[in-house]
Amino acid sequence: MNMMSDAATEKAVNAPADEPVIKMRGKDVCVFYGPKQALFDVNLNIRENAVTALIGPSGCGKSTFLRSLNRMNDTIDTCRVTGDITLDGEDIYDPAIDVVELRARVGMVFQKPNPFPKSIYENVVYGPRIHGLVRNKADMDEVVEKSLVRAGLFNEVKDRLHEPGTGLSGGQQQRLCIARAIAVSPEVILMDEPCSALDPIATATVEELIHELRENYTIVIVTHSMQQAARVSQRTAMFHLGVLVEEGDTDKIFTNPDDPRTQDYITGRFG
Amino acid sequence: MTDATISATPIDAASPRRRDIGLKKRYAAERRFRFYGQAAIFLGILFLAILLWTVVSKGVGAFQQTMITVPVEFAQSVIDPKDKRAEDPNVLLMANYPLLARNALVQALGVDPDDKKAVKAVGGLVSDSSRVELRNYVMENPDVIGKTIPVTMTANGLVDSTLKGHIDLKVPEERRQVSDQEVAWINQLVDDGIMQKQFNTGIFVNGASSRAETAGMGVAIIGSFYMMAIVLVLALPIGVAASIYLEEFAPKNRWTDVIEVNINNLAAVPSIVFGLLGLAVFINFMGLPRSASLVGGLVLTLMTLPTIIIATRAALKAVPPSIRSAALGIGASKMQMVFHHVLPLAAPGILTGTIIGLAQALGETAPLLLIGMVAFVVDYPATPMDPATALPVQIFMWANEAERAFVERTSGAIIILLLFLAAMNIAAIILRRKFERRW
Ligand SMILES: Nc1ncnc2c1ncn2[C@@H]1O[C@H](COP(=O)(O)OP(=O)(O)O)[C@@H](O)[C@H]1O
Ligand SMILES: [Mg+2]
Repeated sequence: MNMMSDAATEKAVNAPADEPVIKMRGKDVCVFYGPKQALFDVNLNIRENAVTALIGPSGCGKSTFLRSLNRMNDTIDTCRVTGDITLDGEDIYDPAIDVVELRARVGMVFQKPNPFPKSIYENVVYGPRIHGLVRNKADMDEVVEKSLVRAGLFNEVKDRLHEPGTGLSGGQQQRLCIARAIAVSPEVILMDEPCSALDPIATATVEELIHELRENYTIVIVTHSMQQAARVSQRTAMFHLGVLVEEGDTDKIFTNPDDPRTQDYITGRFG
Repeated sequence: MTDATISATPIDAASPRRRDIGLKKRYAAERRFRFYGQAAIFLGILFLAILLWTVVSKGVGAFQQTMITVPVEFAQSVIDPKDKRAEDPNVLLMANYPLLARNALVQALGVDPDDKKAVKAVGGLVSDSSRVELRNYVMENPDVIGKTIPVTMTANGLVDSTLKGHIDLKVPEERRQVSDQEVAWINQLVDDGIMQKQFNTGIFVNGASSRAETAGMGVAIIGSFYMMAIVLVLALPIGVAASIYLEEFAPKNRWTDVIEVNINNLAAVPSIVFGLLGLAVFINFMGLPRSASLVGGLVLTLMTLPTIIIATRAALKAVPPSIRSAALGIGASKMQMVFHHVLPLAAPGILTGTIIGLAQALGETAPLLLIGMVAFVVDYPATPMDPATALPVQIFMWANEAERAFVERTSGAIIILLLFLAAMNIAAIILRRKFERRW
């Protein structure tokens, strides 16, 4: 089974332009928290310029997998990752890879909006500044405006760029976090239940934003909402108890899943 | 069973029966608890008020000092009978200045100059420090010799105490230190406007003295200042660096647990033990001078470090982890995460902890006694290597003196120390407000 899908993706990489390009590839990924294993031999490919949704019941390891894609798991003392994860064919767990650089390429948006307790402007400009992407005030103004426009927030905040980012509403804060993430021009954006702390209207705005961002970025989103997965993603991966149960086109997963566990989950029989 | 109970007591819409859910008892308990709380706070305030009242009522007098302003005749016959001051500067240094003061008072009081005993007693009304006061005056203005000029001199400590009513005049004369004659003179001088109470700058600027009226805390204030500066300069960076390392960088394993436990224990070590340590390490081993504020500062640094480390770690822990994830998530290095985001948010807490630690150090006496800071230091310490004392040690030394004027000064010194502490706490509050305003 694994062999099969591997062969299929190999073909995809070398395939002509209309075939999907694989941006990140997870091969036999196992993650342990101390002695406890949270992920078991996950093989999952992330397609470029597509939204991949990770779904599954709570505690099944979605966040764990997501965090292993930009090595945020490194910050958890007990956490250990085995297997291969590649970004554009490069092993991101290779000792030669600088984790700081990796995270500049693979950005992350968290479950709870977590703007820095600084101004909106400072929030956005922080990443470009530490990575040396901006040289002067004009550069900074430009990157702030561009990122906020992309995140669909600019019109709402353009008059108060120097007011605290923490003073925005929850939905605006989350879009600020997205602006902050895209300000460093990442290739991949990881989102861990980005709408779970938002009201339905803010959720709709963020979903629309994800939809637009797909053109320029590769997005991996964890969500516990079936509808959201169906709305925003092209690919869906279903996890259960640390195992990748099934992955495929979102349409197929939601209409005609192969695995009975997926069927049960999307019809709400457990979750 | 439950069903049965429900059906047995049907709910009657017309007369809804209140269930007894123990509301009365709960409210009573709450009232009791509030009362306990209020009583505790009241007691606390009461004791604080008593403490402040006793200290202030006893010590406020120390900020006034009895002075005597009389026309003094700077007679050449007394100062420089052989007219040799041009050649020999020692003449002006060694002259019999107390005689000038005595003569001035004898004249002012109209005492018979031939009554040896009375004249001697009159001379005792001014402090021995009048020698220095008059000498300095003459050295600065040598042309006063031969003239009569009103000069202000410090009164004797006993006179000061008498005037402030600290001496019980109902005690029979032979059992008190001030005779009836002296009391009469004092009253006469006060009536003539020669003797009056003035603001006592001496208590702030003078060094050690065996005479209460000229003893001051100048050396102690400077010593304490040096030590606080040393503690701040050493303990703050070391403590903050150690905390950041332990909290943000060090792996969480047995070793860091052991270190954590030891730091907590260190905070509970009696301060006198730090004094012994300082004596052994800094003085006996490293050969630093005794009584120096440098050694005091080092000892207090050791003592303050655990406090600062514990406070800093608590402040760092209180910074939400989401801020750290946010910084790391956009590719900040750990160092950037700490210095750009975590530390600024922890700064108010660190600051408060540091000032609490400093305040503790400022009030610390025991370790300083062991390293010899309980010395009789007259001159200002020019550097932290010079002998000095500290505010609490000065209080301790004055508290050991029996004289009435020293008792008053002890309380005065306590007031000064409390004022310093209050100023530090207010500074902590102001700084914290200022930092916290940056969201
Ligand atoms: N920091 C951690 N330390 C220990 N165990 C963890 C940690 N984070 C997650 N786990 C465990 O790993 C499993 C997967 O968690 P997670 O990836 O957060 O699930 P999901 O995001 O799908 O709800 C859970 O059993 C959880 O208890
Ligand atoms: Mg999760």
